[in-house]
Amino acid sequence: MLRFIQVIKKEFIHLRRDPMALRLVIVAPIIQLIMFGYAATHDVRNVPVAVFDGDRSAESRQLIEEIEHSYYFHLIQTADDPRDIERRLQSGEAMIGVQIPRDFQRKIMRGTPAQIGLYVDGTDSNTSGVATAYMLGILRQGAASMQIRQARTEGRLRMAPPSVSVEPRVWYNIDLSSINFMVPGVFGLILLVLTVMLGGLSIVRERETGTLEQLLVTPLKIWELLLGKLVPFALVATLDASVIFLLALGWFHVVFRGSLTLLVAMALVFLVNNLGFGLLISTLSRTQQQAQLTAFLFIMPSVLLSGFFFPIANMPVPMQYVTYLIPLRYFLEIVRGIFLKGAGIGVLWPQMLALTAFAIAHFAAGIAAFRKRL
Amino acid sequence: MSSLAVQARGLSVKFGDVTAVAGLDLDVKEGEIVGLVGPDGAGKTTTMRVLCGILVPDAGEAVVAGHDVLREPDRVKARIGYLPQRFALHPDLTVNENIAYLADLYSVPAGTWQQRRDELLEITDLARFANRQAVQLSGGMQQKLALICTLIHRPEVVFLDEPTTGVDPVSRRDFWHILYDLPRQGVTVVVTTPYMDEAAHCSRIAFMHQGRVLAQDSPAALRAAITARILEVRCRPQRTAREALKRYPTIEGVEVFGDRLRVAVSAEADPAAIRRVLEEAGVTGLDIRESAASLEDVFVALAVGQQSQEDDSRAGEE
Repeated sequence: MLRFIQVIKKEFIHLRRDPMALRLVIVAPIIQLIMFGYAATHDVRNVPVAVFDGDRSAESRQLIEEIEHSYYFHLIQTADDPRDIERRLQSGEAMIGVQIPRDFQRKIMRGTPAQIGLYVDGTDSNTSGVATAYMLGILRQGAASMQIRQARTEGRLRMAPPSVSVEPRVWYNIDLSSINFMVPGVFGLILLVLTVMLGGLSIVRERETGTLEQLLVTPLKIWELLLGKLVPFALVATLDASVIFLLALGWFHVVFRGSLTLLVAMALVFLVNNLGFGLLISTLSRTQQQAQLTAFLFIMPSVLLSGFFFPIANMPVPMQYVTYLIPLRYFLEIVRGIFLKGAGIGVLWPQMLALTAFAIAHFAAGIAAFRKRL
Repeated sequence: MSSLAVQARGLSVKFGDVTAVAGLDLDVKEGEIVGLVGPDGAGKTTTMRVLCGILVPDAGEAVVAGHDVLREPDRVKARIGYLPQRFALHPDLTVNENIAYLADLYSVPAGTWQQRRDELLEITDLARFANRQAVQLSGGMQQKLALICTLIHRPEVVFLDEPTTGVDPVSRRDFWHILYDLPRQGVTVVVTTPYMDEAAHCSRIAFMHQGRVLAQDSPAALRAAITARILEVRCRPQRTAREALKRYPTIEGVEVFGDRLRVAVSAEADPAAIRRVLEEAGVTGLDIRESAASLEDVFVALAVGQQSQEDDSRAGEE
C-alpha cells in the first residue's frame, strides 16, 4: 500500500545520515543568501579617491570638500605630488584620482574653462564606470556654480543661465538598493542549484550502489519510484524557498508587492522544470561525480546568462538570443516582477508561458530518458 | 506440469552484435536447488535477468512461479527474489532498516515479516548487528544481509547471482546452510557460482556455454557421464608440455589448474607413451598420476566437445 511513501521515508533517512547533503540543503542556501545579499552589491559607495591639489586656493578646497561630503566617495589622504596619484591607483589604495591644476582659481575667476585631471582605475569596469559618472557630475556642477557666482558678483551675468531642471523619480526600487534586486534573484538561484543538484543525484546514486537493479525486481512501479525519489527533493526545496522568502522580507527588508499565491505557483512550475532536468542528468550519468559536474556545467551559464548579475540588455545581441533558452531567465523576471513591481499574470504571462513550456519539456524528457535507460 | 518453478524455452538475448543468450531451454522443478555454472560470458547473469522480468528477451518465452515473465512481469516479480551480483543494499541504512525497506517495497503486511526477519537474523548470526549501518558490516555479513532482504517476502523462487563471490569461507558455509533449508520451505533456488565445491551441493547443475545449456543433471550423473580418463601432470615449463600434448592423439583436452595440467585422455590412451612424449619435449620434474573426474573436468570436456562440434559444422558449411 502506497509503496512510494516508503521510498520517500528512505530518502529522508539518507538525507539525515549524510552530513554533506544536510549542509547542501540547509546551510548552503542561507550562506548564499547572506553572501549575495550583502557582498554581491552593485551599489557604488565609499569609493576611495586620491586628490592632488596644485592650486591650494579657496575654490580648490571647496571642490575637494564637495567630493568628501558626497555619499559615494571617501577621500584618502590628499597627495603631495601628482605622481602620487598614479602610485595610489596602482596599489589599489584609490580607485579615482583627481588633479586640480595650479591655475584653477584664476580660470574660475576669469570665467575661462578650467581643466581638471581625472584618473580612473578601470579594472572593475562596472563600479568605475558608475563612480566616474558621479565624479564628473560633482566636479562639473561644483565648478559651474563657482563660475556663475563669480560672474554674478562681477555683474557680468545679468540673467540666470539657461538650465533644464530634471527631477528623477525612481519607481519599484525606490532606494535603488541592489539588495532589492539581488535577494529575489537569490531566491531563484538557490531553487535552481538545489533542485538540479539533488535531482541530478537521485537516480545515479541508486545506479552506482547497485540498488536500482534491486528496485527493478521488486513490484515497485516506475511512477512510484519517480514519485518516491523526487517528492523529497521538492519538499526540501519548498522548505528552503520558504526560509529564503522569510529571510528576504524579515532580515533584508526586501519589498514584496505582488501575489504570494502567484509566486508559489510559479516556484512550483520552476521546481518541476529543475527536477525534470536533474532527472535527465541523473539518468544519463554513470556516476554521481559525472552527474554533479554535468549539473554544474549547466548551472554556471544559466546563472551568468539569466540576468542574475548582469542585465540581459547589456549583453551582445547574439547572447541575448541565447538567454531565451535559459529557464532561470524567465523565473528571475517573474520573481523580480512579483517582488518589486507587484506584477501579475497580465504582465508576466509571456514569461510564465515560456517557463511552463520548459518545465513540461524537461520533465517529459527526464521521464522518457528514465524509462528508456531502465 | 505445475511442479515446474521455472520453464524457459528458446530464450535469446542480443546486445548489439553480441549474442549473450542463444536459444536457451531450462527447466527447474519446485523445491530444487539448481546451479547455473559456466565460464564468464556464458550468459548466466543475462538469463537470470530475463527470468526476473527486468530484461526483455529478443526471442523465447519463460514461465516463472506460475506466471509468464513477458506478459505478467509484475506478478512474477512479486513471487520471486533476486540477489544481483553486486551488493545492492543501502549502505547508510541499518540492517533492520534495509530489511524493513524491502519488506515494504514488496507490500508485506506490517507485523507479518518481523518473525521471519528475526529467524533469518538468528541463522545468519546477524541479530547482534541489527542496528548497525550496512556499510559497517564485513563483506560476508553484507552478503548475508542481502540474502535476508531477498527472502523477507517469502518468495517462491529465488535467483542468486554469484552470492558467495568474495565471501569468506565461514560466511559461505552459513550462506549455504540457509540455501539448503529453503527447499524444505517450498522455495526453489537458482544460483550461479564459480566455486565447483558449491556447485557440487546443488540438486541439479545446468552447465552453460555460449548462451546455451549444454547439459543439466545431478552432479553425480554428470560426473558419471564423462567417458574420458583424467591424468594430472606436474612438470615445468607447463607451456612446453601443453603444446606437446595438444599435438598428441588420444588426448581430448588440456587445462591448466595452478601447478597442474589436467589432461583428459580417451580410454585407450597409454600413460607411458604420454610420459615419453613429454620427456622428448624436454620438460623437467615430471609427475603423472591418474585422477577421478571432477566437475571441472566435466565442464571442460563439455565445452571442448561443443567447440569441436561447432568447428565441424562450420567446416561442413564451407
